[in-house]
Amino acid sequence: MKVLGYLLKKEFRQIFRDKTILAMMFAMPIIQLVILPLAMNFDVKSVNLAVVDNDHSSYSRQLIAKVGASGYFKIVAAEPSFQRAITYIEREKADVVLEIPPNFESNLVREGKQRVGVSVDAINGTKAAIGGNYLMTVIADFNKDIPINTGRNRTPPAGVIDITYSNWFNPLAEYRFYIVPAILVLLLTLIGGFMSALNIVREKEVGTIEQINVTPIQKWEFILGKLIPFWVVGMIVFTLGLLVAWGIYGIWPVGSFVTLYVFAAIYLVALLGFGLLVSTYTNNQLQAMFVAFFFMMIFMLMSGLFTAVDSMPPWAKMIANLTPVTHFIKVIRTIVLKGSGFADVQMELLYLVLFAVLLNGWAIFNYRKTS
Amino acid sequence: MSAVTLDHITKTYDKGKVLAVNDVSLQVEEGELFGLIGPDGAGKTSIFRILTTLLLPDKGTASVRGYDCVKDYKEIRNRIGYMPGKFSLYQDLTVKENLDFFATLFGSTIEENYELIKDIYDQIKPFSDRRAGKLSGGMKQKLALCCALIHKPEVLFLDEPTTGVDVVSRKEFWDMLKHLKQQGITIVVSTPYMDEAVLCERIALIQNGKIMSVDTPDKIMAQFPVKLYAIKADNIYHLLTDLRSMPEIDSSFAFGEYIHITLKDAGADIDTLQRNITQRGHTHVDIKLIHPGIEDSFIRLMNQA
Repeated sequence: MKVLGYLLKKEFRQIFRDKTILAMMFAMPIIQLVILPLAMNFDVKSVNLAVVDNDHSSYSRQLIAKVGASGYFKIVAAEPSFQRAITYIEREKADVVLEIPPNFESNLVREGKQRVGVSVDAINGTKAAIGGNYLMTVIADFNKDIPINTGRNRTPPAGVIDITYSNWFNPLAEYRFYIVPAILVLLLTLIGGFMSALNIVREKEVGTIEQINVTPIQKWEFILGKLIPFWVVGMIVFTLGLLVAWGIYGIWPVGSFVTLYVFAAIYLVALLGFGLLVSTYTNNQLQAMFVAFFFMMIFMLMSGLFTAVDSMPPWAKMIANLTPVTHFIKVIRTIVLKGSGFADVQMELLYLVLFAVLLNGWAIFNYRKTS
Repeated sequence: MSAVTLDHITKTYDKGKVLAVNDVSLQVEEGELFGLIGPDGAGKTSIFRILTTLLLPDKGTASVRGYDCVKDYKEIRNRIGYMPGKFSLYQDLTVKENLDFFATLFGSTIEENYELIKDIYDQIKPFSDRRAGKLSGGMKQKLALCCALIHKPEVLFLDEPTTGVDVVSRKEFWDMLKHLKQQGITIVVSTPYMDEAVLCERIALIQNGKIMSVDTPDKIMAQFPVKLYAIKADNIYHLLTDLRSMPEIDSSFAFGEYIHITLKDAGADIDTLQRNITQRGHTHVDIKLIHPGIEDSFIRLMNQA
């Protein structure tokens, strides 16, 4: 016990002595939490629109005015031909081209139907899809109001289902509510996965592990001496993250703190096990960095941090479920935003405990004092 | 009982492709200052790593103070001090913190065995608050020795302790070893420097993982089977190539300003040799009979193998 105590003392001493690492561990997470949610945003606010009005009638003007007034579109050009308008998309000046055909109004009145052309720049998929959808909605709305449909001598269309919807747990569907809990997870993952792996490998690289190995120190003492400091650092960073989320975004966990911290604690143990595992398979910090980074990228992108796991193909869902990050993100989101109780997330707890046991067990099995 | 025993130890790397230690057997007696002498890549470090329980041998058994290096590794780790060839203490901890750290790992304190390290530690004490990474080479080495000694080991393993250390520090270091030996610690030291071999009580000459000879330095030098001559002339390079083409010369190696040669015919006459060399156009030819050094023995053994 005395040895373990001294190991911890030494480890903390080294952490606090390395100013770069210290800054990395505490400043970077906070900066990430401040910058990322503000920068990363799927809300599409200004779609640049180029208009081709071949009709110049009152209906076409009404339609354009309605689109312009919707608040989502910025009309950047009004061109006489589609060929001219499409150059705006080519030069990335516009995202969408709306083309109103000649005789729009007269045909609409005479035949009761009309087509408009919508061309969307699909390079930015999200913006294209959302911008296109907005435009459809505006046109549909316009369609509903034109006299020919509200018509004097027409019977109203039968049984239209009017859909109204509300966003639960995130009433304004704001992206920050989605991303802030995820960034909390990201922080813990970086601390747990990277720092521990690099730290242990450094002992190998510098050769200090040799010197340690010829001492009567026990295997578990050395491993605990490495895991505990980063666990403590991880918990502090997590707490800092929660404070920043509350201070800047006003996100205060709806659910219980005890559940939240229990999950964070177990998740950290799992990730530290991952770091330890990486360190047992690598011989220098560069190798460890690359191996850890490889897995981290997969963890991050597959875990539902940025895109929903539910919309992945079945095989990808399976991979996603095989990373601890996926489960933790789910739990953090439901506890922070929805206020899920322990009973709601106990399956996830089981998963995380399983990951913690598996990763640490594998790592300890693979970590040998004698080669 | 011998302090250290190696019994037919073989170690290979890369799944048997690289033979590092080839059937090595030797014994180090209690309280001895034993030297493992050989060039880089001879297998010295592998032997050290096997004895310090860091490496498992492929074949053979090794023991330190009667404890088996594989089975009783825990016992051995309590009883030995190891100083690796590469400086491997915590560079970001201070001198005192490093020493404290290793004392604690052995369940000891600096004070407990202070007597043992006092002479060495006193030299680095003025820098005890300096980080180990900021020490000079000689001081790093003294600190490493202190850390290896802090738990009063019974056997001390020093892997190339003087490599990359200046001449004065090297001499100091060997004085320290002699002092430690007087306190009853068995010391096994490896070095690629032949001139340090004579400072050991007994040495093993090792080459390509194989022991060529184990004895006291004097005996190894005395065992040199033929007469050894040193020869020099004005154009030393030309002389060496000429000597190598002469049929009566058995071996010739450049040693500083002289060339050391042995003759095939033990009874050959030096004057005839001198005449032959002069005939080839060499000036100021000087030939003398000399006593062989360890290096001469080493080279001769190496060529026989």
